[in-house]
Amino acid sequence: MTILAPLLLPPFYVTLAGYIGLATLVALGLVLLTGISGQTSFGQASFVGLAAYATTLLTKLAGQSPIIGLVAGLLVTGAIAWLLGLITARLSGHFLALVSVAWGISFFSLFGTLPLLHGFNGIGDIPPLVPGTGQRVTLGVILAVMTIVMTMSANLLDSRTGRAMRTLNGARLMGASMGIDTVRLSRQVFVLAALYAALAGFLFAHFQGFISPTPFGLGTSIDYLFMVIIGGAESLCGAPLGAALVVLLRDQFNDWIPRLTGRAGDFEALVFAIVVIVLLQRAPDGLMPLLARLWPQHPAAAPSDAEDEVMAPAPAPASAGEALLDVDTVSRNFGGLAAVRDVSLSVCAGEIVALIGPNGAGKTTLFDLISGVLAPSAGTVHLFGAQAAHLSPHRIAALGVARSFQHVRLLARRSVLENVALGAHLSGRAGLWRAMLRLDRAEENALLDHARTQARRLGLGALLDRHAGDLPLGQQRVVEIARALCLRPRLLLLDEPAAGLRLAEKQRLAALLRQLRADGIGVLLVEHDMDFVMGVADRVVVMDFGQKIAEGPPEHVQADPAVMEAYLGTVA
Amino acid sequence: MQDGITTGAIYLLLAIGLLIVFSVTRVIFVPQGDLLAFGTLTAATLQSGQIPGTLWLLDGVSALALLISWHRAPLRTALTWGVYPFVLTMATLLLARFEHPAMSILLALAIVTPMGPLIWRFAFRPVADASVLALLIIAMALHFVLAGVGLVFFGPEEARAPAITESNFELGQLNVSGQSLCVLASCIILVAALRWFFGATIYGKALRATASDRLGARLVGIDAAATGALAFALASFIAALAGVLIGAVTPLSYDAGFDIGLKGFVAAIMGGLASFPLAAAGAVLVGVLESLGSFWASAYRDVIVFTLLIPVLAWLSLRAGSGEERA
Repeated sequence: MTILAPLLLPPFYVTLAGYIGLATLVALGLVLLTGISGQTSFGQASFVGLAAYATTLLTKLAGQSPIIGLVAGLLVTGAIAWLLGLITARLSGHFLALVSVAWGISFFSLFGTLPLLHGFNGIGDIPPLVPGTGQRVTLGVILAVMTIVMTMSANLLDSRTGRAMRTLNGARLMGASMGIDTVRLSRQVFVLAALYAALAGFLFAHFQGFISPTPFGLGTSIDYLFMVIIGGAESLCGAPLGAALVVLLRDQFNDWIPRLTGRAGDFEALVFAIVVIVLLQRAPDGLMPLLARLWPQHPAAAPSDAEDEVMAPAPAPASAGEALLDVDTVSRNFGGLAAVRDVSLSVCAGEIVALIGPNGAGKTTLFDLISGVLAPSAGTVHLFGAQAAHLSPHRIAALGVARSFQHVRLLARRSVLENVALGAHLSGRAGLWRAMLRLDRAEENALLDHARTQARRLGLGALLDRHAGDLPLGQQRVVEIARALCLRPRLLLLDEPAAGLRLAEKQRLAALLRQLRADGIGVLLVEHDMDFVMGVADRVVVMDFGQKIAEGPPEHVQADPAVMEAYLGTVA
Repeated sequence: MQDGITTGAIYLLLAIGLLIVFSVTRVIFVPQGDLLAFGTLTAATLQSGQIPGTLWLLDGVSALALLISWHRAPLRTALTWGVYPFVLTMATLLLARFEHPAMSILLALAIVTPMGPLIWRFAFRPVADASVLALLIIAMALHFVLAGVGLVFFGPEEARAPAITESNFELGQLNVSGQSLCVLASCIILVAALRWFFGATIYGKALRATASDRLGARLVGIDAAATGALAFALASFIAALAGVLIGAVTPLSYDAGFDIGLKGFVAAIMGGLASFPLAAAGAVLVGVLESLGSFWASAYRDVIVFTLLIPVLAWLSLRAGSGEERA
């Protein structure tokens, strides 16, 4: 249908439809980059321009086939995007956005000044994609490419990598704790978005047959961003919607505004800008969710997960008694404050160790030191016999350490199943490209099965399709634990897992922990609920003011005068 | 070289404004450059004996603010958004016909400065807790709004702000223009004044407290909305000042501010968006590089300046260490 459309349209609309298709391509990249991964680029138009000039130089001036032009454009654009991503890899997202502004302006002025590119006079008579055909054929190609790229993007979002991308948007620490290399992934997404833009640039040059620097400036880059915000940054369908609206409205404005105001100028930019500001304030998800609401949604008949089966987990390879974690006299200072001072601690396979202490005792800091979020100021951390004090969180996760968070960190607007499946990230290998081409299905199914199994094991079977953010806090904690178990950990770090749980849920959690112990998994938990701790822990470590003040079996620790003083303030 | 230092001083002013706004509100204040152009063009219009459109803009938006916030704090709102614009409008109408340079400059500062708090009030305060990225996109959009408004009010022509002094000095072999010295002197006075403001006044301390810990500042009773407005007021005053200073050296058009603002950015980024002394060094470096660039390879001037960002960011990125990125 879309492919036939070019045959029926009058020429003016062929051009307009082409522009919409091309803008959609660029906007799709921005949806992945901005809406899904929480980064932004103000330089997409310069990526479009780079590829457009590459193919123009190769086909028009060097007489090569467009295929060569396409490959060259993709390579050059990809390489430059990769480099820009590399430079800002470790800085927070707005630096990438700023560097893309600078890059966009630099390249715009390069396009305009390099003698080879004929400056603002531009280069004309670029050969069409298929020799001897006109815009209509190229429009067909554009619409076909657009459909393919859209499908591939949808495939990507519905995959292991797609889930991981969502953690880049405000949940990086959680993602890293699940073994996702967030720095690398965000660079990959940036390059992917640039490649979409490059594809659009290649098609643009051959569609239009003429290029000049004008459409590759900062203003156009921001137009693309506006399209995404107007359409809806989080949904792929927002891209064509936003692109169509902006291109069509701009076309209308170009007719009307000079008539109304009597002068030419960039007034439509003013109008778009106001629309964008109001949208960001009132409807930050754009128009697509509003439109989607018009169609009544029939929830897909939920698979009846009748029984929550209790299954044995994959056998952990550790033999009971082997030391999994060995913390040796670590300290961590924040300025003058010693949050953790000379603490030693070990956890063996098949052992549950509880870490308790009053608020501010340094328990969570110690957790962060073990899981790689913080590096110790002094002392060593050994995991499974190897030095682990300066590894990043995703490497520590890869060693077989899973954690939950004191303040629940879930993707609130994704399903419970997707959240749990994040924990299984490391058991898959399929990356961006395999996901886009749907070559990951076998692996993806196995991965989701594993996630379902773990979720059911914790009593979440009936909730798999619910948004994680809709669950009560207690169940959100359970989702976190299921996610941690999905990692098939050898060592499990739980930060206040029982907080907010009801009695029956606590009993279920205690039973689960005992079962994990029987399987040879080591558990370190921070907990304030003393009944729970005393009932489940083999050993209790007590911290106060950053130091370890007691350690031993629960009943010993309970009777320890130092512990009583820490909790009650006076020696009994 | 002398030009380089003068423009460097302007970039420094802008970098300071950006840093103040960013550290207090997390907004990357892109439209600061547009306010700079407003400063230049408002002063130039006044100097030609006309009433600048920015005055009517200020009146209109102030009236809107007055309507919206009236019920909350009638007296304060009335003073800020009612009495002030009224007095200013009267003063402008009375004084514009004298075409006195100092008068034009002062009026221009008085007209452009309140635009910062108004921008804060309408564009950013409703979404003050949004992500840095969302705020940045809004800031980008605001640039287009202000540029569009600038085109309506001032047209596409370049204009020159009245100079504070026309004199020239011979310093050894150098011919130093009085205006350049004025730029430098203003810059130094402003930096000293800001030091005093941040070090010794309760408002300055409130801003610093908000910058170092937003939630903590709120908990000890610092009004987040008021500190935001104050930060924006400082930034727009700085922008307007920079506008009347540089506008006397180089004529500007309504859309010239953006580029200047971006170079202020480059300087601010060199300070990692956090350090004032580093930003100052960056500003001078950008200014000097730019004037050297325009001498040796004028077409590639902007490319050179913006490419400068790359090694700086790479260095910042390396220094940031083990990817301690905060969500």
